[in-house]
Amino acid sequence: MSTTTENVATQDAAHEHPTDARYIRVAIVLGVVTALEVATYFVNIPGVVVIPVLLAMMVFKFFYVAAWFMHLRFDSPMFTKFFVAGLALATLVYGVLLTVFEFWTKG
Amino acid sequence: MSDTRELEVPGRPLGVYTRPKGNTGWRDWITTVDHKKIGILYGVTAMIFFGIGGIEALLIRLQLATPDGTVLGADTYNRVFTMHGLTMVFMVIMPLAAAFANYLLPLQIGARDVAFPRLNALSYWVFLAGGLFLNMSWLLGDSPDGGWFAYAPNTGVVFSPGHGMDYYVLGLQIMGIASLLSAMNLIVTVLNMRTPGMTLFKMPVMTWMILVVQFLLLFAVPVITVALFLLMFDRNFGANFFNPEMGADPLLWQHLFWIFGHPEVYILILPSFGIISEVIPTFSRKPLFGYPFMVFSGIAIGFMGWGVWAHHMFVSGIGPISVAAFSMSTMFIAVPTGVKILNWLATMWGGKIKFTVAMLFAFGVVSMFTIGGLSGVTHSVAPADTQQTDTYYIVAHFHYVIFGGSLLGIFAGFYFWWPKVFGHLLSEKLGKWNFWLMIIGFNMTFGPMHILGLQGMSRRIDSYSPGFGFEFWNMFASIGSFIIALGVLVFVINVITSARRARHEPPVGPDPWDARSLEWFTPNPTPVHNFDDLIQVDALDEFWHRKYAEDENGRVVRVASAEEVCQDGSATDVHLPSPSYWPFVMAAGFPFVGFGLIYTLWVCIPGALLILMAIYGWIFEPTDDPDGPHGHHADGLSDHDGTQAPSEAAGETVEEAPVG
Amino acid sequence: MADAAAVDHGHVTGTGLSNNKLLMWVFLGSECLLFGGLISTYLIYRSRYADGPAPGDIFDIPFTSVSSFILLMSSLTMVLSLSALQRGDIRNNRVWLLATALLGSLFIGGQVYEFTTFVREGLGYTTSPFSSAFFTLTGFHGIHVSLGIVMLVSLLISSFRGTLTKERSETVEIVGLYWHFVDVVWIFIFTVIYLVPSPTS
Repeated sequence: MSTTTENVATQDAAHEHPTDARYIRVAIVLGVVTALEVATYFVNIPGVVVIPVLLAMMVFKFFYVAAWFMHLRFDSPMFTKFFVAGLALATLVYGVLLTVFEFWTKG
Repeated sequence: MSDTRELEVPGRPLGVYTRPKGNTGWRDWITTVDHKKIGILYGVTAMIFFGIGGIEALLIRLQLATPDGTVLGADTYNRVFTMHGLTMVFMVIMPLAAAFANYLLPLQIGARDVAFPRLNALSYWVFLAGGLFLNMSWLLGDSPDGGWFAYAPNTGVVFSPGHGMDYYVLGLQIMGIASLLSAMNLIVTVLNMRTPGMTLFKMPVMTWMILVVQFLLLFAVPVITVALFLLMFDRNFGANFFNPEMGADPLLWQHLFWIFGHPEVYILILPSFGIISEVIPTFSRKPLFGYPFMVFSGIAIGFMGWGVWAHHMFVSGIGPISVAAFSMSTMFIAVPTGVKILNWLATMWGGKIKFTVAMLFAFGVVSMFTIGGLSGVTHSVAPADTQQTDTYYIVAHFHYVIFGGSLLGIFAGFYFWWPKVFGHLLSEKLGKWNFWLMIIGFNMTFGPMHILGLQGMSRRIDSYSPGFGFEFWNMFASIGSFIIALGVLVFVINVITSARRARHEPPVGPDPWDARSLEWFTPNPTPVHNFDDLIQVDALDEFWHRKYAEDENGRVVRVASAEEVCQDGSATDVHLPSPSYWPFVMAAGFPFVGFGLIYTLWVCIPGALLILMAIYGWIFEPTDDPDGPHGHHADGLSDHDGTQAPSEAAGETVEEAPVG
Repeated sequence: MADAAAVDHGHVTGTGLSNNKLLMWVFLGSECLLFGGLISTYLIYRSRYADGPAPGDIFDIPFTSVSSFILLMSSLTMVLSLSALQRGDIRNNRVWLLATALLGSLFIGGQVYEFTTFVREGLGYTTSPFSSAFFTLTGFHGIHVSLGIVMLVSLLISSFRGTLTKERSETVEIVGLYWHFVDVVWIFIFTVIYLVPSPTS
């Protein structure tokens, strides 16, 4: 019989939890990056430049939410592996699909 | 968590807050969360669907036995061949694989059950709901008729105005839920529930193949889910996903379908590869040759299977670069499969072969799949495929790999594990008739289709005209199909007569085949609690190593009898997960939602309510019933008095309070 | 692979990881394929706007930026609610759970407003492949958010009943993982669908 009084996974004891202040700092950074992303809308930048920049900022935000808010940075690598596996497979498979549809060249 | 506060939920007029006791009879089966019973449910259900799919096949062969056949009209033919494909793929092969996976995987890793027993039951009941729902279309006069592949825009509302394709969409979505949940469950089970000492590389190849299949399901089912939603939205809400008049590309359907569809065929074959990877070493009395290669080639097939899908679309106009790329990737994927075939042959080479029926079926798999694989390699050559595609040559190929590969492997599994599940052997004599009738009938039916295809006979068409020279082989094939049916009938007779005979005979011993893996530690049939004590694993083929060792001269000698090594099943202090109504209740909601979406939205309401009620009932039911089943006493009675506090032996699967 | 037993709510697991948490991560892996399919469909169809509005004509970036920011901040409140419960701070756990649910609802409200505006401006569900793909993708995302809100409210109710204790913080963590994933999908959608320059008619 499982007991509620027993300690939650010993994992918790082993790894750190970021402080609330840390989380808020991450959120501020995310907010700033979002603002920068939105700023690109108001400035006239050629697509060839703005698209990689936007994608880089997106990846940055993605990474920070996953690493800090989803706790991947502090958790077992197993969780990261599952997430990355799904992401990588989706990127690969759908990337090929978009290629067959000539998305990169014809949009 | 036996937090009794969870029971005090004010204002709920309905709801069952105590878990059902381990009743016998039909209530036991409806509320079971025991992976073994669930496996049996999958197996029996799948075999009934096999009968239905088989009748559909015989109808096809009757229609095609002669030119300009009149047995089925064109419209009916389309429905029959569509349902034959859907039934065999989704309601026979996949659930049969699930039957073996459910029954055996926990045993092979030395566990007491899967990680989420109620979710496991849910998967079965949802599968049943989906299968029944789809087959209800026959009775309501509107079965799907667009082929199992349902190419757009043919399946849109313009060319398929009836409800048939709506049944297709909803039936597959429902069954997809079952597969996805099962995949999640078994992955967590393999990672988390292995017995002490069982590292991943000490797991049997069968467990590995099942694990790869779960990953394939995990990632492939969402893709067809998307495709099915898009089709449903086109048909029911006027969306424009496959409507060429609005600028959409119907080919998008084919891509999404086959991105799922190709991993799906590996989902169909890998379990049988796993089964024969257990059968062949046992009856060659040699360990499996090249265990790491078998594992890695299975993983490689899992990966590479994602990169070949457009070989189903070589003539659809995707352009020469795409065709060339997919042609190459398809050629590459033959390599890991070839590795497996060679390893099985190398296992048999120099071994002491015992020609049991299970071994015969395993031979069948190796030989028939090789033929199917070779024709597959010819498809990979795109220019050649341009000739072959949409002809009976393709029909020949996929029946060689699915029937000759998947189905024969499953039959090998039946004969091999029957004593473990039911406590008695199937008759070897009848089994040999079963095997030979099936394999001869099978080759008679599908062998000539290679010829017919190359001679130009189209597939997916209800009849052929006289004068093309197709008559002889079609008649030959149709006769063959009835021989297959005879073979299946012999199997059914075998099942019934073996059960009858077993009542008068002493029970089969614990290890009738002198086998190698952990499931054989238990007596036959497997006790409800699986293992008396969890097994400490030190080697691959741990069971074998307890019975045999090498002497001073390096020769293998028997050091212990099966009776000495095997457990006697007498443990009574094992705590088992409690049964539950909610999986059944939740699954019952889905057909209502399906019928509602097709006919009238009001019908969705009871369905949605059932599902919602079941979700909350599930969350709130006590995770554990201290009065629940505790395993059987030696006198065969189960302990329902709940007089003992359940023990906390390592690795017990006590059901956790589910999330949220 | 680690075969050393570790304790998880009283059960031994091979990896030392909680079954429930592992299940959620496995599920999120599969969700990548779901959203990937919807996103790819959108990308393929974004330039096929028939006689209707093109994406570049109709998107209201300032508005969507605000709702995106709101959803992003809801991830912060989500993680704060978890951290509170892990400290045993039941009150703040509830406060932040409520905040997350409210921010999520605000996001959904924004989506509803955006959709109804688009419809009024001539972009209906059936207008073109672009419109069908857009509404389906964002609609699926919205449904995921809504289900998340239902889960958050269920947690809140559980907390007020007194059954959401520090020992059960993993449940909040797991709901949080789902919530962050849904946020992360929106990060992708907002950038790739809205901000990356779109076709105009």
